Amino acid sequence: MKQLLIFSIVLLITSSSVAQPIEVCKTCPISTLKDGIANAKNFDTIIVKKGIYKAHNIIVDKPLTIIGENYPVIDGELKGEIITVIADNVTVDGLFIINVGNSYLEDYAAIRVKNSKNFLIQNLVLEKLFFGIYIEKSRDGKVYHNKIIGDAVEEYNSGNGIQLWYSKNVLVKHNFVQRVRDGIYLEFSDDCTIKNNVSALNVRYGLHFMFSNDDTYEDNIFENNGAGVAVMFSRRIKMYNNIFKKNWGTASYGLLLKEINDGEIKGNTFEDNTIGINVEGSNRINYKHNTFENNGWAVKVKGACYTNIFTENNFLYNSFDIAYNSKVNDNQFDRNYWSNYTGYDLNKNGIGDVPYRPVKLFSYIVNRTPETIILLRSMFIDIIDFSEKVSPVFTPDDLLDHNPQIKKLTW
Amino acid sequence: MLKILKYSFFDLMRSRWSYVYFAFYLLLGVVLLFLNNDLSKAVITLMNVIIVLVPLIGTIFGVMYYYNSKEFTELLLAQPLKRSSIFLGQYLGVALSLSMSLILGLGIPFVFYGLFESSAIWDFSLLLITGTFLTLIFTALAFNIALSNENKIKGFGYAILIWLFLAVIYDGLFLMTLIMFEDYPLDKVSLIGTMLNPIDLSRTLILLKLDISALLGYTGAVFKQFFGTSFGLIVSFVMLSLWVAMPILRIVFKSKKKDF
Repeated sequence: MKQLLIFSIVLLITSSSVAQPIEVCKTCPISTLKDGIANAKNFDTIIVKKGIYKAHNIIVDKPLTIIGENYPVIDGELKGEIITVIADNVTVDGLFIINVGNSYLEDYAAIRVKNSKNFLIQNLVLEKLFFGIYIEKSRDGKVYHNKIIGDAVEEYNSGNGIQLWYSKNVLVKHNFVQRVRDGIYLEFSDDCTIKNNVSALNVRYGLHFMFSNDDTYEDNIFENNGAGVAVMFSRRIKMYNNIFKKNWGTASYGLLLKEINDGEIKGNTFEDNTIGINVEGSNRINYKHNTFENNGWAVKVKGACYTNIFTENNFLYNSFDIAYNSKVNDNQFDRNYWSNYTGYDLNKNGIGDVPYRPVKLFSYIVNRTPETIILLRSMFIDIIDFSEKVSPVFTPDDLLDHNPQIKKLTW
Repeated sequence: MLKILKYSFFDLMRSRWSYVYFAFYLLLGVVLLFLNNDLSKAVITLMNVIIVLVPLIGTIFGVMYYYNSKEFTELLLAQPLKRSSIFLGQYLGVALSLSMSLILGLGIPFVFYGLFESSAIWDFSLLLITGTFLTLIFTALAFNIALSNENKIKGFGYAILIWLFLAVIYDGLFLMTLIMFEDYPLDKVSLIGTMLNPIDLSRTLILLKLDISALLGYTGAVFKQFFGTSFGLIVSFVMLSLWVAMPILRIVFKSKKKDF
């Protein structure tokens, strides 16, 4: 009796898993993805063969696995949203989705995941899009290895590459996002991980957080965006080992922190940005093991920043290391390497004997009268900077690195 | 003119000061590169040297040479030679030998360091080109001062003063003006102010390479056009050439009228 039961269970499992995948191609009995979904049962696999399929408003309302073979093209003909997933446990893999409709009333997306769990969106290529991958009120999913190439020019009429809205525990990994408004955008999304992505040439931000807590982003590259990453009104965000590069322009920065509390910024590289990090109203953030190289301003601190701790960072050849716009300071700088440090180390313990003052008088002047930037590195400026260094009048006099390193730090 | 140029040039080549000058740059280049090991830092230090020391040495050396060779000049004036060719020949002799010391002195260590394979070659050539321009400009200014002042002490005084003014005081006044009129749009004023001083102009040229990310942070459209495109580079070079041409013209003009 027991054996029979086991046998019947095994039979049941094998018979269900052997279920034939549904094939969709131009010459097959099922020639559109919509028909395929209509004919499929729960947990079926649909294989879309190579070809061009004109369709929009495809609704995936069952737990299905949709796999594209050799990148079939799903052409939305600019008519609206293309794929909407409203069921749990859906996998979408290997499609080439183009021509998402543009709208000023609705956020049409190439693929939208709505109120679902355990989704997997992978190996998609999106072009000519408005919004790319839009995850809405969903949780426990993965967005993996997608390529999104937009053609955004203006902020007001373009959408975001990957958008997470009211979502939880989503992994966004190995994506390549280019020329959209915000490469990756998180709003009210907690416990998400953004990893190994490349976000470049976007009109606004490479990565953008709004009201999202406990997220991590690491090992990403943000290059040539309007501004690299903006983290706003969020808590406990961890930022590890990212590269922020070449964000040049009047209001451009590698990383913008606005109203951020209790974050951690570790092991990042900021290179060739106009402003490396722009900090505003952010408290209790640890900056450790970061490298700031060839930036205009490595760190620009605007008002209301308390108890931020900068330890063991490399500040290399920035035009200005730190800029403050007030005399008040509650942040700590300790054991950093400053390439502009001119002190000495008599007892040879690797730590400079004279404390380093990272804020120069000239950065204060430039803050007040921006045109004076043209006098950068002039001998007169060196002289007044020196006199300010000897007796600080305009800059915070307690802003010191007491243990400036003599040699560049390596970790 | 060429003959006088050649004479002055070889006269200077044999003189001790040219060697000292050459050795100084050679030592500087070697120390910067082989002890520092970091090209970015070396370029920043070099920039400071070029925009401060080169004008100083150019002025002092120019004034000194003129006063020292005064007797020889008077001898030449007795010959059937054009006045302009005598003075221009001497001027070019001094300026070219100084430029040569600069280019060779800094160039040799950098070449040994492997400059031709590195990407810094353009930044470095820009440094040398501005250095040469500054030598030409300040030697010409020195000759002007020396031609106008018979009194050596006065001449040296003016030479030091003109260097001090252009290298330090001018920037101070410039900064004060910018801060005083900060309520007005100043991007044009600040660019014009830079154009009027060869030292500032050279500094800006080098900044275009070095601190471009900071410079592009400023909002003004004029700034952006100047720094963001090659327009700035071209305008700066035109201005530097004008700065060479104007004092030279005055040398020619002044030497024709001067009563020896």
